[in-house]
Amino acid sequence: MGPLVPDIIGNQLNLVVALFIGMLFGAILEQAGFSASRKLAGLFYGYDFTVLRVFFTAGVVSMFGVIAFDHFGIIDINLTYINPTFFWSAIVGGLIMGLGFILGGFCPGTGLCAAAIGKIDGIFFVIGSFLGVFVFAEGYPVFEGIYKAANWGNVRIFETLNMPQGVFAFLLTSVAVFAFWATSIIENRVNGIKRPAVRFTPYYVSLGVIGGAIALSSFVLPQRQDSLLKKVEDREFINQCSVNKITPDELAYRIMDNENNIQIFDFRNVVEFTKFHLPKSVSFKAGNLFEKEPVKALSTKGRISIFTADDELTAKKMAVVAQELGFDNIRILEGGLSNFKSQILDFDTLSVAHSRQEMDTYRFRTKARKVIPVMIEQAKKSSGVVKTAAKRVIGGC
Amino acid sequence: MEQKKYMNSYLAGACLGLLLLATIYITGRGLGASGAIKSFTVAAVETVAKPHTDNAKFYKEYTTEHPEGPLTNWLVFEVVGVLIGAFISGLISNRLGFKMEHGPKITGRTRAVTAMIGGALFSFGAQFGRGCTSGAALSGMAVLSTGGILTMMAIFGSAFAFAYFFRKLWI
Repeated sequence: MGPLVPDIIGNQLNLVVALFIGMLFGAILEQAGFSASRKLAGLFYGYDFTVLRVFFTAGVVSMFGVIAFDHFGIIDINLTYINPTFFWSAIVGGLIMGLGFILGGFCPGTGLCAAAIGKIDGIFFVIGSFLGVFVFAEGYPVFEGIYKAANWGNVRIFETLNMPQGVFAFLLTSVAVFAFWATSIIENRVNGIKRPAVRFTPYYVSLGVIGGAIALSSFVLPQRQDSLLKKVEDREFINQCSVNKITPDELAYRIMDNENNIQIFDFRNVVEFTKFHLPKSVSFKAGNLFEKEPVKALSTKGRISIFTADDELTAKKMAVVAQELGFDNIRILEGGLSNFKSQILDFDTLSVAHSRQEMDTYRFRTKARKVIPVMIEQAKKSSGVVKTAAKRVIGGC
Repeated sequence: MEQKKYMNSYLAGACLGLLLLATIYITGRGLGASGAIKSFTVAAVETVAKPHTDNAKFYKEYTTEHPEGPLTNWLVFEVVGVLIGAFISGLISNRLGFKMEHGPKITGRTRAVTAMIGGALFSFGAQFGRGCTSGAALSGMAVLSTGGILTMMAIFGSAFAFAYFFRKLWI
């Protein structure tokens, strides 16, 4: 699961990757015509909308890519850098940048591209941009107030607007497509071109079809977590699913035997977990199943994962989610932890055994009743709540 | 030799979008440019006036956030790549050469001054915006960051609003 940094690609190699990504970035910007200031400024006077087309296409493509990667579990969005929102600073910064754009004719990235191929105005722009940082740095005590005001955190736009992700993605794409259409008409009018702005050449038709298909897919691709968790709430669906079970006796035996190839995932809330939990268990939330770091434990080879909760059904739901996500070797505790308590921990030693098998059970449970509580007490001291949250990648400018 | 034509805008946009997606998948972060300019500036000031950077708040905060030093930075390497990539692209398409581009109504000197002021304003604003058109607006849009999208709207909104007053520079 992505991001590949830092565990698959180390921090040193990441810098080499940066160089290659940068080369592609620079080449694409230059090939798109972003090294020419008059082409860039054309956006604001209606004679050249290249910037809008490139920018919006790139934005929409990458946005759908991220949504799809998130949906199929290819990337852990919780580890990805989401630009933090400092409301006033974002607005003020944008307004100043807009003024810089119309005066300078570049943005920092395109200015660098222009300078790289010898555009003198690009070189002056880059020199100026060093000065801009210097002024900010020296005046920082004055700007700090607004710079740090209204910190909304790593919030995402569909959360701010309180709408489903897919709806926002669809709206944004619709705006983009409308803008492509409208601006090509404006562009032709300003430049006095007579031929129709929108021509249905096979190239554009196929582009349009692909774009439309991608846009519609945003409704098919809700956030994966939501859709899976909703699916297991369906009673009929969950009844059809089969998950291997482990009886309280077997679990007790394995715990007493101190087996290393079992691990228990406890899906009760943290408060209950701290009060009481079995040895070898970690506290797990439904959301953890979708995160890169926590699920590493689930995919360890040769280990049996035992899902527990107060009742069997909750554990089963989580086990089905995990199975849908591609994890195997999962068992659920028969009857849940409440059953384990009544059968093992609170085993009634006054009960009478009739058959030989019941005699064995009786003997085993009487022993387990004494041994396991001691192990539970020990586990309480040593482990505590296992921390499952991983750190977000640090990015940004 | 004649300059080659620019790439189709939609194709270039799709390439850029896929590159950004790959960047997010591999590194967990987006593209950027102004961050590298910041790193270079900090490195330069540090070299010239070390006692000053040890005391001024901005540099102190920067050093805490970037303990490995200003130049061992992802964006610095990326921007060096941008320069190389753009140069190669210019070479292939015959667009290399020293040239001052300016609107028909202004001189090259005016263009140089406005470009420099523009550059200064842009990177000054990028400090507030925590990124520029690449780092905040484009990368922010890819991950649907509220701040990134706000900054994007502010950049383009403001540029359109000011366009009328500076039309002599361009048309």
